[in-house]
Amino acid sequence: MTSRASILALRSFWDEFRENWIAVGALVVVLLIVLAALAAPLITPQDPYDLANLSLMDARRPPGYVGFGGYVHVLGTDAQGRDLYSAILYGLRISLQISLTAGVIALALGAVLGAGAAFVGGRVEAIIMRIVDLQLSFPAVLIALVLAATIGQGRTGLVFALVAAQYAYFARTAHGAASAERGKEYVEAALSIPLPSRTVVLRHILPNCMSPLIVVATIQIASAISLEATLSFLGLGLPPTEPSLGMLISEGFQYMLSGRYWISMYPGIALVILIVAVNLVGDQLRDQLNPRLKR
Amino acid sequence: MLLFVAQRVLQAIAVMLVVSLLVFVGVYAIGNPVDVMIGPDATQQMRDQLIERYGFDRPLYEQYFSFLWRLLHGDLGTSLVFNMPVLQLMSSRLPATLELTLAAVIGATVIGVPLGIYAGYRPESPLSRLIMSLSILGFSVPTFWIGLVLIFIFAVSLGWLPAGGRGDTVDIFGSQWSFLTLSGLQHLLLPALNLSLFKMALMIRLARAGTREAMLSDTVKYARGLGQSEWTVLRHHVFWLISIPLVTVFGLELGTTLAFAVVTETIFSWPGLGKLIIDSIFMLDRPVMIAYLVVVAFVFVTINLVIDIVYVALDPRLRKASS
Repeated sequence: MTSRASILALRSFWDEFRENWIAVGALVVVLLIVLAALAAPLITPQDPYDLANLSLMDARRPPGYVGFGGYVHVLGTDAQGRDLYSAILYGLRISLQISLTAGVIALALGAVLGAGAAFVGGRVEAIIMRIVDLQLSFPAVLIALVLAATIGQGRTGLVFALVAAQYAYFARTAHGAASAERGKEYVEAALSIPLPSRTVVLRHILPNCMSPLIVVATIQIASAISLEATLSFLGLGLPPTEPSLGMLISEGFQYMLSGRYWISMYPGIALVILIVAVNLVGDQLRDQLNPRLKR
Repeated sequence: MLLFVAQRVLQAIAVMLVVSLLVFVGVYAIGNPVDVMIGPDATQQMRDQLIERYGFDRPLYEQYFSFLWRLLHGDLGTSLVFNMPVLQLMSSRLPATLELTLAAVIGATVIGVPLGIYAGYRPESPLSRLIMSLSILGFSVPTFWIGLVLIFIFAVSLGWLPAGGRGDTVDIFGSQWSFLTLSGLQHLLLPALNLSLFKMALMIRLARAGTREAMLSDTVKYARGLGQSEWTVLRHHVFWLISIPLVTVFGLELGTTLAFAVVTETIFSWPGLGKLIIDSIFMLDRPVMIAYLVVVAFVFVTINLVIDIVYVALDPRLRKASS
């Protein structure tokens, strides 16, 4: 495709996307959240990871309290005296970083495994896809839980657990799409030139499997965010010194019973808005990229 | 049919073997259990005795085979923390998880399927749109967060329902059940609701999609042509047409609910299997972790097996294909 044609295709894609104002709203929300997370150090009054900034005298104060820092804690403070608004934005940063990293690795791994299996065929395909099926019959939460517990805490462990829990969804999708592409003439043509199989899989087959993969990716990133929060909530995620959203919620939970709702409630609302928005964008993408619904 | 069943059973056994190996090796990588069992001031001699008693000094494969051997004899080992047989420990926790899971899945089906059928029958009505938006929320919002909100609203703010625990239980054949007492039911309501919302969203979506398809089918056109009332059409035709996928999902969801129960049980301090596994992860109680995972895997494999067989029994086309 020439660049001009791809710009036109992109424009018509956007025109169709624009018709669904809920999806557009959701996309704007996602972009705003990502932007806010990126710019967190610039738009927050406090670095919540710098222990020198925290004062236990400021701990568990309700929204609107003016602390020793001399500024208003718009959303209150948590049990360590962190400004919740700052902690939420920094937490979003971590949650997004981890789930996006995990999502991209899982996408790459799953796509290559699935498309490769479909291309090679035979026993290799059977073995790979059986493993994938076996894994898909267990819920991702359970797999991630066990792995996070086994590998231990920390970013690498968490990303690994998420990747292992999610790659199978991508492999399944890529396998389905690639099996359909495998028999097409352009693949035969590329093979008869002859191009090496690696090139055919990566440069010819995979690009044509992208639309279902993109749809699965949005949904899986939403579920990675949710999984990461769940693991952190259960205490199997990152250490409490660098709280992601799940950890903030988990720490606030014990104070909720005494009515200090804001410590858990506001990070939770941020999390829910993010996940719902990503899912809504994903829903619209699915409708647009699904050939069966095309008029 | 017999051949098909035998084939599937063999496959299930192979899967169980692989899973047990993976679980054993995986869990083996966690920490050093000896440190959990004795204090730091224990002498080297005490350590050695302990290591020998539990066989931690033997090669990994030997430990695995002796584990497998004991497993086949129904011996899941002894909990390092509770100092009682794991089987006994798990069966004392099982009723709690079972009643929670069943309440959640049955509740989700009984409420979700009619809502979904309605949304599929009248896709444009405002009520249907409301139902569908709620189901998107049910899908997106993490289970643990819904649990917190439920506790905050119904336990902390309104004070209507308890925030955690199991309430009074009734003893039946040596196991404790909550659902037979008023206090037990009150304690059960919030966690069951929490656990069921995700399933409910799923049931609504499936029932809606199935109904929309079924309404266009020849069966329904013919039934309407005969002059049957809309209620009869829905009740006697649409309902049965959509039931097969719903049965599958019902079965699969029983399994996944077991896994999700981990989260709900932790939030509501519900003393079931899920809380047990989380506690044992933190306390490095290796035998309990291994046993839990093997049992859950066994449940999953069995459910999948039963579904495969029921499917073939329900659908004549599959029966022909498999024989």
